[in-house]
Order: sequence, then structure tokens, then C-alpha cells
Amino acid sequence: MIGQLTLLERRLAIAITVLVAMVGAFFALVGRDDLIAIHGWVILMFASLIAFLLCRAIRLPIPPEARLREYYDDPTKAGIVLSLFWGVVGMSVGDWIAWMMAYPDFTFDAAWASYGRLRPVHTSGVIFGFGGNALIATSFHVMQRTCRARLPDQLSPWFVLIGFNLFCVLAASGYLIGITQSKEYAEPEWYADIWLVIVWATYLVLYLRTLARRREPHIYVANWYYLAFILVVAVLHIVNNLAVPVSFSSAKSYSLFSGVQDAMTQWWYGHNAVAFFLTAGFLGMMYYFLPKRAERPIFSYRMSIISFWGITFIYMWAGPHHLHYTALPQWVQTLGVTFSIMLIVPSWGSAGNALLTLNGAWHKVRDDATLRFMMVAAVFYGLSTFEGSFMAIRPVNSLSHYTDWTIGHVHSGALGWVAFITFGTFYCLVPWLWKRSQMYSKFLVELHFWFALTGIIIYLVSLWNAGIVQGLMWRTYTEDGLLAYSFQDSVEAMHPYYFARGIGGLMYVFGILIAVYNVYMTIRFGTKESDIEFKSPDEGVVASKLETSTGATQ
Amino acid sequence: MIFGLHSKVEKNSIALVLAIVLVSGVGGIIEIAPLFTIDNTVETAPDMRVYTPLELAGRHIYMREGCYACHSQMIRTLRDEVDRYGPFSLAVESKYDHPMLWGSKRTGPDLARVGNKYSDQWQTQHLTNPREVVKSSIMPAYPWLNTNELDTGDLSGHLRANASVGVPYSQEMIANASNDALAQASPDSLDTAALLERYGKATTVRVFDTNPDKVTEMDALVAYLQILGRLTDAANSDDSNVEGGS
Repeated sequence: MIGQLTLLERRLAIAITVLVAMVGAFFALVGRDDLIAIHGWVILMFASLIAFLLCRAIRLPIPPEARLREYYDDPTKAGIVLSLFWGVVGMSVGDWIAWMMAYPDFTFDAAWASYGRLRPVHTSGVIFGFGGNALIATSFHVMQRTCRARLPDQLSPWFVLIGFNLFCVLAASGYLIGITQSKEYAEPEWYADIWLVIVWATYLVLYLRTLARRREPHIYVANWYYLAFILVVAVLHIVNNLAVPVSFSSAKSYSLFSGVQDAMTQWWYGHNAVAFFLTAGFLGMMYYFLPKRAERPIFSYRMSIISFWGITFIYMWAGPHHLHYTALPQWVQTLGVTFSIMLIVPSWGSAGNALLTLNGAWHKVRDDATLRFMMVAAVFYGLSTFEGSFMAIRPVNSLSHYTDWTIGHVHSGALGWVAFITFGTFYCLVPWLWKRSQMYSKFLVELHFWFALTGIIIYLVSLWNAGIVQGLMWRTYTEDGLLAYSFQDSVEAMHPYYFARGIGGLMYVFGILIAVYNVYMTIRFGTKESDIEFKSPDEGVVASKLETSTGATQ
Repeated sequence: MIFGLHSKVEKNSIALVLAIVLVSGVGGIIEIAPLFTIDNTVETAPDMRVYTPLELAGRHIYMREGCYACHSQMIRTLRDEVDRYGPFSLAVESKYDHPMLWGSKRTGPDLARVGNKYSDQWQTQHLTNPREVVKSSIMPAYPWLNTNELDTGDLSGHLRANASVGVPYSQEMIANASNDALAQASPDSLDTAALLERYGKATTVRVFDTNPDKVTEMDALVAYLQILGRLTDAANSDDSNVEGGS
């Protein structure tokens, strides 16, 4: 892969890794009395390893000019592998801690293995490791195809991908040794946050540079979503992570905001991490790969426009529904509910658009598990967004908030929507990129699908029950006007549900392990394109059909 | 109209970027910015005190161990919550919390007013092995807190960082942070008088972890848990309405 870099790019890459290694050495040295030193060493070793690989390859022959006539897919391939790696890590840890809730001693007698430290490894591992790598990888693929332009250079996509994974490593390892800001889904500390800003800025510039080189006058729908994902996540990340570090030799920082302002900022971030990381980005994925796989044009271009601007505008208001009946002023809570309910319109617009796109291709959904993954993803997207709006209504929220219903809701989105669209996409992309006629085993794709779907259903049903039972037990009064149940009564009532959830999660983990095996076998032993007639994915079905269906002209 | 406008934006990446930033920016600005300027967003509580260095260190341990993932610190304005946990939480009570720890999940009970509800001994035993105290508890055990000596070396830096984001720590408090932390968990210490002078007579000075030989992370965490809900008395004097939740 390094052989594809030009000589200048190789030198620049070495310079960057050396610079990063020096920053690591700095933290290792000045922070030697603090946990930050461990991260200093992590950075130093991470950067040195890459520098070593680069130096070893610096004398490889210069890549031929001919490469510039093809899309640059190496970073996408690496991103898919990394995404699956983090998916296995994040989901396994998730199921492990799920079992801890049923059997609290199901762990090692060590600080790093306690629930509170592992939980962010699960959330960050899945959201950033699995989801983030999938988004970065697919965005590189989609932007090149829909712009009909090769990435402007070969270094920045690698910088974005590897830099992002350094962030993920710092995040996950930090939680285990006790480094956290405690802000949910924004736990990494100040230095990791600053690093992510640098990576993200490069990502944005790379995206814009590719768009600038496009040979299509129109920017395709998928790119609007990817762009919104990159831009808004940058804004959210920067504002929510504003903090004052104790010193350059300390991992710890104190958030700029406190109390109610911090709560509002945190959930403005938290809710829109869902909106722009877990929704917009994956909608970008869906808008490209679903029509491509179904070989149908997007049902309605106008619906895409309305949904896109609706999501971009309305989502940002919905954060306060995480703070109903709290010390957050009532007027903000009211705004939060109002916009949360309005959100159904653009959300169902997107979900409906996806499902209607399948009209005329339903027989493929029946026969092709890959397309079925995407179809079910769209259904779960519709269901989760409906449920989300429902749970944002104040009286419903008074019951559901703080309970496992919320956890169930999150997982209906994460497992059913985010991961399903990703699996569907990967099953398309792996054969395309590695030039295989198809996945190694269609049966294993089918098996993965049913394992995952059954797992989700068990998971959701058990946590809905858990949440509603919990919520009702907390608010039940006896005839004498006393609370009927102690808190511990509600904890004991959860055991069967937590057990069932552990089973559901385990099935889902099995599913991704099957996927990993299937992807590995496809790459390693799959039938080469040359052996069979290979349908090139680069004949733009999507773009051309889109134009004929909407009357847009070049 | 929107489609016409969109077809222009769709052909110009910079216009698209600006439009996304503009359209997405509105909600956050309207909901967040006024919280800093509207005076009655946070009640005034003249008796509100800051965390002592020991409590602040304990708060850090609470965050480090991820306690916030299972325990909220926000009692909602619902009848059953007030009956179960005490007066509903006021904004002012987390005024010095950088960041806030309101939480989002109650795998365990709310802790906003857990201070002084249980004895130090109960808290220590419960943290060391929860199932020894509550048979069916599913909380993790934290035995290492008893053996880890509390690192007070950079507490001055922590107070200074807090001061720079608006917590009213005086220069004196910052300078003596480390001694004050040790003094609060060592009743016989000579520094106790100075600690009480700086943080007020009501400051609890005692051995929190039942082990007088050294100041451990358990001391700090228990000291923090015991102050929860007791930084100000404002919630008890407030007579706002509670909404019926059931």
C-alpha cells in the first residue's frame, strides 16, 4: 500500500509521524507523574511503528502515472478492516458488560475490568471505532464515484484514517486506566480532543478538495449527508469539549461550562452525535449503496431535499428532551419536545424514500441478504426515529427516562439501523474493492442476517419490558400513599431481562464474527474478477438514473 | 422555491457548506446562549459552598470509575422522585460542577442527596463489596480504593483550573490544596484549623474510610458522596411546585 504513495508523500508521511512521535515523547517526559505519560508512550509507539513501516518502504519503486486514472481505494479497504476490528471489540465488550448486569462478579478483580471503565470502551468502540471507520471508509468510496474524480492526493486520506484510529486507541485505552472527562460519548480528554480536531479539519479539506475536482455539476445526495456529518460533528465536538487542562503534564481537564449550561451543551452534543454521526453519515451510506445494490434510482429527489434540510435544521433543537423535568428551564424543554416531534417528518421522509426505492426490487430483497440488511436498516431507522419522538413527549419521558427503555431505544438505532446499513454496505463493497465476483459465502451472509435480527429482537423486547417495569415500579404507590417498592426491588426485577439481553447481544456478536470470517475468506480465497464476468460497480447507475428521474440536466 | 434554491446550492460546494453550518447553527444558538444570560436560569444561593480539595479529588474518582453511567444526580420534579430521594434538584446545586454529573440512567438509585444518608462505614463497606451490605446488589466492587493512596500532589493545579472556569477558589485555597485534602481526612492533623477557616466550620473532618493510617482514594470518594446534596440548603427552602408523575 505504501508503494502507491509518491516519494514526496512518503517523506511528508515520515515527517508527520516523527512529529507525532515527538509529541508523544513530550507527554511521556513532562507527564511522568501522571497518567498522561502512559498515553505519551502509546502515541510514541503508535507513531514509531508507522514511521518504521514507512522508512522500510521508502525505496519501493515510484508508482506509475496510470494509477491516477483509477479511483484510490486502499484507504477504504483499510477502513473496512479497521471498522470490523473495532466492531468486534466494541460489541464483545458490550455483551460482556451486559452479562455483568445479570452477574456482577462476571469480571476480573481489577480496576480496568469494572463496569464503569468498560462501558465507554463499548460505546466509543462501537460509535467511533466501528461506525466512524465505516463512515470514513465509505465516504472515500462514495465521494470519488459520485464526483467521478480521484482523491486529490494519497496522503491525506491515510492521515485521516490512521489519525482517527489513534484517537480511538487513546479513547479506549484511556478509559481502562482511568482517563475520562465523564461527558457521555465525549469522554476522551483534552489532548485527544485536540488531535481529533486536526484530523477532522484534514477530513473536511479532503472532502472539499475532492468535490472541487468533480466532473459532475451536481453534488449527489450522499455527499450532502457526509458533508453535514463532517461539518456538524466538528462544531459539536469543539464546543462540547471546551475545557481548561490542569496543566500540559496532566491528563485531566475541567469543562468550561458547569451545571445546567453544561447539561444543555452536553445533550445538544449527545443528541446530535446521534443525529450527525449515527444518522446523517449513515444516511449518506444508504443513499449511495441501497440504490446501487437494488439497481433502482432513488424514489424521490425532492423527498431527499426536504428530508436533508429538515434533519439538518430540526435535529439541533431536540437535545433538551434528554433533560425533561430537570433543572433545565421549562422553555427549553418545551422547544425540545416540539422539535423532537417535528423530527418524524424528515426522518420518515428518508426511511420512506429508502423503502420506496425498493419498489420493483422486492424480489431481490427476498433473495439477497445483503440488500435485506439495508432494507431492514431502513425499517429500523423509521421505527427508532418514531420511538425517539414518542419518548421525547414529556409524560412518556417521565416513565422512560433513566430506565433501560432508553438503552433499548439506542440499540434499536445502533444495532438495527447503523450496524445493519454498515453490514449491507460492507457485503457490497468487499467484493467490489477486492475485485471478487461475490462474497465467499452467501449462506454465511444469510446466517449473519438471521443471527443479528433475532439478537436485536430479543435485545429490544427484553429492554422494553425492563424499562417499563422499572419505570412503573419506581412510581407505584400503595393505598396508604407510600412508595410500593424499594429501589432494590426494581433491581431484582431486572435480572431475567438482563439475562435475556445478554443472550440477544451474544447472538449479535456471533453475527459480526461470522461477517469477519466471511470477509476474510472473500479477500483471501474469493474467486477473482477475471475468472468470472465481473460487473463493474463504477458504471454510475445511481447518478444517471437520478438525473433521468428528476429531469436534472448536465 | 426551496427546490430552486437547493439546485443552486447543490452545484456549489462552498455554498453547501455555508448553508449546512447556518441551518444547523440556529437550534443550538437559540437554546444554549440564553442560558448564560437569563438571570433566573440559575437560582441564587448565598450559602452555596465549593468542594473542598478532598471532595474534589473524590469527585474525580467518581468520574474515573464511571459511577455516572449508572447513578444520576438529578432528582426530577416528579412526586415519586421527591418522595424517594428528597427535594428536586435545583440548577444552583451543580453550579460548580465542571462538568455536571446529572447522568442519564439509573441502574442504581439517584445520588443527588445521598450525603449523610448512610454512615461512612456503610459507604466504605458497600464500595469494597456491595453484596456484603445489599445482598442482591449488582454494583461492581471497588476494593482497590482502600489500598490506593490518594495522590494529592497536583491538587493545587486542579483548584487553579477550576478557578479559571469560574469556581471561586481563593489563592490561599489553591496554594494549600494538598495539605487541606490530607487534613480533612486526618482529624488530629495540625492543618485542620486552617482548613476549617478556609472552607467553613461545617466542613466534615474525619477518617472517612475507617482506616486512620493513610489517606486513601476511599477517603476522598466517601467524602464526596457525603457532601452530595449538602453544598447549599436552597432546595429545602424552595417552595416551587412538584408535578404529579403518577
